[in-house]
Amino acid sequence: MVEFTLPANSKITAGVTHSASEGTNNAKSFKIYRWDPDSGENPRIDLYALDMDRCGPMVLDALIKIKNEIDATLTFRRSCREGICGSCAMNIDGTNTLACTKPIEDVNGTVKIYPLPHMQVVKDLVPDMTHFYAQYASIKPWLQTTTPVPPDRERLQSKEERARLDGLYECILCACCSTSCPSYWWNSDRYLGPAILLQAYRWIVDSRDEATGERLDNLIDPFRLYRCHTIMNCSKTCPKSLNPGKAIAEIKKLIVARR
Amino acid sequence: MGLRTPLGTALGLGPAKEGVSHWWWQRVTSVLLIPLSLWFVFSLASLAGANHQTVVDWMRSPIVTALLIMFVISTFYHAQLGVQVVIEDYIHTEWLKMASLLAVSFVTAFLSLVAVVLVLRVALGG
Repeated sequence: MVEFTLPANSKITAGVTHSASEGTNNAKSFKIYRWDPDSGENPRIDLYALDMDRCGPMVLDALIKIKNEIDATLTFRRSCREGICGSCAMNIDGTNTLACTKPIEDVNGTVKIYPLPHMQVVKDLVPDMTHFYAQYASIKPWLQTTTPVPPDRERLQSKEERARLDGLYECILCACCSTSCPSYWWNSDRYLGPAILLQAYRWIVDSRDEATGERLDNLIDPFRLYRCHTIMNCSKTCPKSLNPGKAIAEIKKLIVARR
Repeated sequence: MGLRTPLGTALGLGPAKEGVSHWWWQRVTSVLLIPLSLWFVFSLASLAGANHQTVVDWMRSPIVTALLIMFVISTFYHAQLGVQVVIEDYIHTEWLKMASLLAVSFVTAFLSLVAVVLVLRVALGG
């Protein structure tokens, strides 16, 4: 049953306020979700005021500035700072996106930063991605063939065949889409979610792959695939402007086409 | 506590190998219900104020009888398919989910049968 009472550590308390330093003309406030599993306390929202004249343009710049200069205990994932690794996916201003490609000036007023929704939190802005990655592994995201690779060349694709991967191969598995999907919130134990289904489709339409039938077989399930109710939060939130909703619809069409 | 691997947990019991026909019939009935609902609403509107005998005569036309039966069956089938999804989405207690699914199937099947019997009773006289 849907839980109407909040589980442990869901009630958020007011946290610490870190005011801007003296002589700041261009201050911006950041409200950030903080939770330390070792403290035994409920999560809190800390407020940090930063001088925007001395801060980089992106939300990740602000987080790094806070960690370096104000509060070294603030915990978050980051790596490439250019939207290709997917590490810094989080909920900013109510939308899942990458902190490194989200300009601070796009947010009116206080910038509110939470971890990706409906994931177990490891600490602060770090969600537990174990199940998400296991679901990715479950679709066997690699080329499967029976035909041996030609001895003198690569497995070739025509330009048209390669073009079918456009809009799919760019997915960086940041999980912004899956964690924006209400179906994934309620049934992620069995529903694969938009990110993994887009990846599944990426292999289904790969002209070099010879396991298309088995791949479709493994998706035919009321939960794995058909929990998608075309809510389309996935396509709306994708920081790479991809369209997982369309990829899922294409999988459903292929399954009908082979009946 | 469980020590199952994350991949084992994700794979679970494997794919159920079904769900296509549910998805297909939900779409078939919704497409079917667009013209049928429009026809039904416009028919009722044009019969507004008509006396009892006029309405009975209208229902006795074979085409109208058939369309009415098709309308009630697709309505209740569509409702059953839709409510089933809502139950599967939100109810995670296994016995309550099963009981709710059975209840919805029985209620919608019964109501559509009642509606069909009533249409036939008017159409065939009695």
